[in-house]
Amino acid sequence: VEARGLSATGPAALPRRLEAQSPRYGEKVIYGLLAACAVLSVLTTTAIVISLVVPSIQFFGDVPIGDFLFGTDWGPSFQPPSFGVLPIVVGTLSVTFWGLIFAIPIGLGSAIYLSEYAGPRVRKIVKPILEILAGIPTIAFGFFALIFITPQIQKIWPGHFLGGPPLIFSVLAGGLAIGLMIVPIIASISDDAMSAVPRGLREGAYALGSTRAKVATKVVFPAALSGIVASIILAISRAIGETMIVLIAVGSTPNLTLSPVQSVQAMTAFIGTTATGDIPTGSTIYKTIFAVALLLFGMTLLMNLLSVRLVRRFRQVYE
Amino acid sequence: MTGFDPTTGRTGLAVTGARGVTKEMLSDQPRKDVIRNTIFAAVLFLAIALALAGLCLLIGKNLVDGWSRLNLDLITQNNSSIPENAGLRNAIIGTLWIMAFVIGMLVPIGVATAIFLEEYGNRNSRITRLIELNIQNLAGVPSIIYGLLGLAFIARAPLNLGYVTLTASMTLTLLVLPVVILASREAIRAVPPSIREGSLALGATKWQTIRRQVLPASIPGIATGVILAISRAIGETAPLIPLGAATFVTFTPGPTTDFTAMPVVIFNWVKQSQPEFQTLAAAGVLLLIALLIVMNSFAIWLRNRYEQTW
Repeated sequence: VEARGLSATGPAALPRRLEAQSPRYGEKVIYGLLAACAVLSVLTTTAIVISLVVPSIQFFGDVPIGDFLFGTDWGPSFQPPSFGVLPIVVGTLSVTFWGLIFAIPIGLGSAIYLSEYAGPRVRKIVKPILEILAGIPTIAFGFFALIFITPQIQKIWPGHFLGGPPLIFSVLAGGLAIGLMIVPIIASISDDAMSAVPRGLREGAYALGSTRAKVATKVVFPAALSGIVASIILAISRAIGETMIVLIAVGSTPNLTLSPVQSVQAMTAFIGTTATGDIPTGSTIYKTIFAVALLLFGMTLLMNLLSVRLVRRFRQVYE
Repeated sequence: MTGFDPTTGRTGLAVTGARGVTKEMLSDQPRKDVIRNTIFAAVLFLAIALALAGLCLLIGKNLVDGWSRLNLDLITQNNSSIPENAGLRNAIIGTLWIMAFVIGMLVPIGVATAIFLEEYGNRNSRITRLIELNIQNLAGVPSIIYGLLGLAFIARAPLNLGYVTLTASMTLTLLVLPVVILASREAIRAVPPSIREGSLALGATKWQTIRRQVLPASIPGIATGVILAISRAIGETAPLIPLGAATFVTFTPGPTTDFTAMPVVIFNWVKQSQPEFQTLAAAGVLLLIALLIVMNSFAIWLRNRYEQTW
C-alpha cells in the first residue's frame, strides 16, 4: 500500500514544472519591449510604403500611368505641366552607367589585389583606407566633382566630340564622383567574397601548375561570382539613390540625352530641388514628388532584394 | 664505378642537357605566362592606386582651396551672407542637438532590436525572417526617401511635429538604425553559447544572462556600429532637405527651434557663386571629412582592439 501510495504521490512531491516558480513578469515585460523595438523596423517600412503610395495613387488619378512611365517630356512645374518621367530616369541611369564604368574595374581590381596579391601588411594598411573612403560624406564627392572633375573634363574633352564642349554641370563629372564613392562598396564586399573561397581550391590550382593570375581569374573569381555580382548590384542601388552628387554636379535640366557632357536631371535631383519643405500637401507637385520617389524606391528595392539573395547564396556554399 | 664522372665528357654534356630541359619543363613557367602574370599584377596595382589617388586628390584639392579659411573663425563665427564673416558655429550647434536626440533614440532601439532577433527570435520563424529581410532592405533605401518619410509622417500629420530639431533627429535615426542593428547582431552572435549556458545553469534568468554576460561582452562591437552610424548621420544632407532645413540661420538652434546642420550649411555655400563662398565651402567640407575620418578611424580601431577570441 505504501509503495503504491509513493508511486502515486511521488511525482506530485517534486515540482511539476521545470520552469521557474515565480511568474517572472519582469522578463515578460522586457520581452515585450524588445519585440516592440524590433517591430519598429517593420513599421518604418510600412510608413515608407504608405507615405509613398497614397500620394502616388492620387497622382495617377490625375495623370495616366502610361503618360508618366513612357512620356518623354518632363516639366511638372511648367505651364502647361508635362509628366513624362523618362528624361529623369534616363538621367539617373546614365549617371549610374558612367559611375560603374569607372568603379567596376577599379573596385574589382582592388578586391583581387587585396585578396590574392597583397601581403597581410599591405592589406592591414590599405583596407582601413578604403573604409575611410566609404565614410566620406556625399556632399564632399559632389563638391569635388564641381571644383576638380568638371574643370579636368573641360580641359581634356576634344571639342565638339559627342555633344561637347562639356558644360559646368555634366553627367560625366557626377558619374565619376559617384564611381569614386561606390569603389569601396565593390572592393570590400568582393574582397570578402573572394577571401571566403576555401584555400583548398587555390592550392589545387597551384598544384596543377597554374599561375597566380590564372588562379585569381579562373578559380577564385568564378567561385566568388555571386558575392561579386551582389556587390555590384548594391553599388548600382547606392548610385541610383545618391542625391547630393547629382544635385551639385549634374544639374537640374531634364534633357532626354545620352551625351555624357550635357547637364541632365536625375530622379533624386528632382526630388531634392523640388521637395523643400514648403510645398503644400496634396498639390500636384507634392504628389509628383512622391510618384517619382515610389519609382525610385521600387528600383532600389528590386536591386537590394536581388543582392541579399546572392549574398546568401555565396554564404551558403562556403560557410 | 670508378672512372665514371657524370660532370665531364660526353656523359656530362648529356646529363647537363637533360637536367636543363627537365628544369625548364618542371619549374619554369612559359615566358608568355610570366609576362601575362606581371601585366595582370600591374593592372591590379594600378586599380588600387587609382582609388587611393582619388581619395588623396579629394582631400588635397579641398586643402589647397580652403587653406585660407581653415582657422578658428570657421567654427566661432555664425553663418552670414558676407563670406568673410561666415562660419559654422550655429551649424555645429545644430548638428550637436540633432545628434544628441539621435543617440538617445538610436542606441536603445537598435540594441533592443538586435537582442530580440539574436536572443529571443526563432531563426526559422516567419516573423523573425520577415524582420530580418526588412532591415536588410531598409539599409538600402535611398536617404532622400527617408527625407520624404520625415516630411510626410513626422513633420506633417500624423505626428505633426513641424520642421524642428526632433523631426530631423527622428528621420536620421530611422535612416541609420539598420547600421546599428546589423553591427550589434554580429557582436551578440560572436558571444559563444557556452557563456549563456553557463549563466543559465547557475540560475540566472534569460534577461540577467543577457544583461550581465552577453551585453558586456559585445559592447565593443555595438560601440563600433553606433559610431559608424552617427558619423553617417552627421554627413547626411539629402534627408534634411525635404524637412526644410534652414540653410541661413542667424539664431542659435535649440531642441525645439528650426534646425540646421553642418552639411546643409556647407551645401548652401557650395551653391553660392562668389569665389569666397567656394573657399569657405572647401574649408567646411574639409572640417566635415576630418571629423568623420576621426570618428571612423576610432570605430575601426575599437573593433580591432577589442576583437575577442573565445
